[in-house]
Amino acid sequence: MSFLVSAVMSYFGFMLQNHRQVLELTLEHLRLVGFSTLFAMLIGIPLGMVIAHRPRFNKPVLASANIIQTIPSLALFGFLLPVPWLGERADRLAILALTLYALLPIIRNTFTGIRGVDPAVVEAGRGMGLTESQLLFQVELPLAVSVILSGVRVAVVISVGLATIAAAIGAGGLGEFIFRGLAMVDDRVILAGAIPAAILALVADFGVGWLERRLQPR
Amino acid sequence: MQLATDSPVIEFRDVSYRVGGTQVLSGFNLQVMRGETLVLLGRSGSGKTTSLKLVNRLLSPASGEIRVKGVSNAEGDVIRLRRSMGYVIQEVGLFPHFSVERNIGLVPKIEGWPEDRIHARVQELLHTVGLAADTATRYPHQLSGGQRQRVGVARALGADPEILLMDEPFGALDPITRDELQREFLLLQQRLHKTVVFVTHDLREAVRLGSRIALMEAGRLVTLLTPGEFLRSADPLAAAYVRAFGEGLGSTANRGTT
Repeated sequence: MSFLVSAVMSYFGFMLQNHRQVLELTLEHLRLVGFSTLFAMLIGIPLGMVIAHRPRFNKPVLASANIIQTIPSLALFGFLLPVPWLGERADRLAILALTLYALLPIIRNTFTGIRGVDPAVVEAGRGMGLTESQLLFQVELPLAVSVILSGVRVAVVISVGLATIAAAIGAGGLGEFIFRGLAMVDDRVILAGAIPAAILALVADFGVGWLERRLQPR
Repeated sequence: MQLATDSPVIEFRDVSYRVGGTQVLSGFNLQVMRGETLVLLGRSGSGKTTSLKLVNRLLSPASGEIRVKGVSNAEGDVIRLRRSMGYVIQEVGLFPHFSVERNIGLVPKIEGWPEDRIHARVQELLHTVGLAADTATRYPHQLSGGQRQRVGVARALGADPEILLMDEPFGALDPITRDELQREFLLLQQRLHKTVVFVTHDLREAVRLGSRIALMEAGRLVTLLTPGEFLRSADPLAAAYVRAFGEGLGSTANRGTT
């Protein structure tokens, strides 16, 4: 028991001593996750909308996103390293890789969300003379939004975890502490990265979940 | 363009439609006159819903043409065409994320009506279909089946279209609510004189609401009769319908001349 107490004390002591760096790396981490999720949404949501209306494309698109998902993250970071403009800055590269990983849940949920809209509602709307874009933006997207957001939520949580590995190629973020701690065989340093990362994941999960419930259609 | 009262508002000219290898509709000819309620009666798979969807171009014919007010409906803007006719379906298809007011006012809104005019129109329509004014702020999931279908009818009437297409609108309702809505439909039609194409498989409903009944079977028009004629018809299929629905039909028959 006293061992545990002293371990916790020494962990907090380390965090307190290094609070400036903890904060800095947390912000870096947030930046990696934020940008990659944003890009993945900008690409994934329109792509999901397209394949929901063009059934021909849904298999190839979902299969590609699936394949990307199966590439081990460390390997993907490694593959992208020699790419000219990207390789110059590790954070660019990390954001690209994280974007690729975030695509699958976002595309898939946009697709299932839109396909899940009651066909009678869509038919009534079309029969009333809504244009295809009015149908999409006023009916299908609002009705699919909570399913789409639950995809975003999964993507964010995955990204927070994956972004720790980006430190291996020097992209920064909380992974710095984890890799440093591994090298130093010092649990305190590992935890200084792991615990804030876990908190970030929980907060993001809760935040997007809250938004999801707020925007839930009746 | 002013049309003579005896020219058809909707006209099917030798229309056929097929899905894959199946002939859903063949050699279909029919004229719907101004202000009448023409009922398409038939079993499921007889092609009645298909015929309805050909009118507002949710489907396109394999051959032949459908003329609306004298002009082929394949010409011109499909969106304009659809907005010029109300469409009511059995599942209602109300937008679950819109209040009743937004549901009813949707076509007027996208047609660019000013807000106060939309609001007045919604109130007027709620009254027309027998709903309380405070229904406007409620959402579809808060309504009963009968109320939802009333909203569906009000929504179809939104921008005051001349034509109403109704696909088994009362089919999913309990008998009492259905009876109520049928009665109100008749009263409504006496006032509004819309040109209505009404799909049903229920002879009782057809006889009660229709000014003429088009009996369909396997993608063909079998016969076209007034409710009174239908009940006395010697046509084997019509007679089979009358037998299946039993006694007492005569008293429900629509004798109105619209």
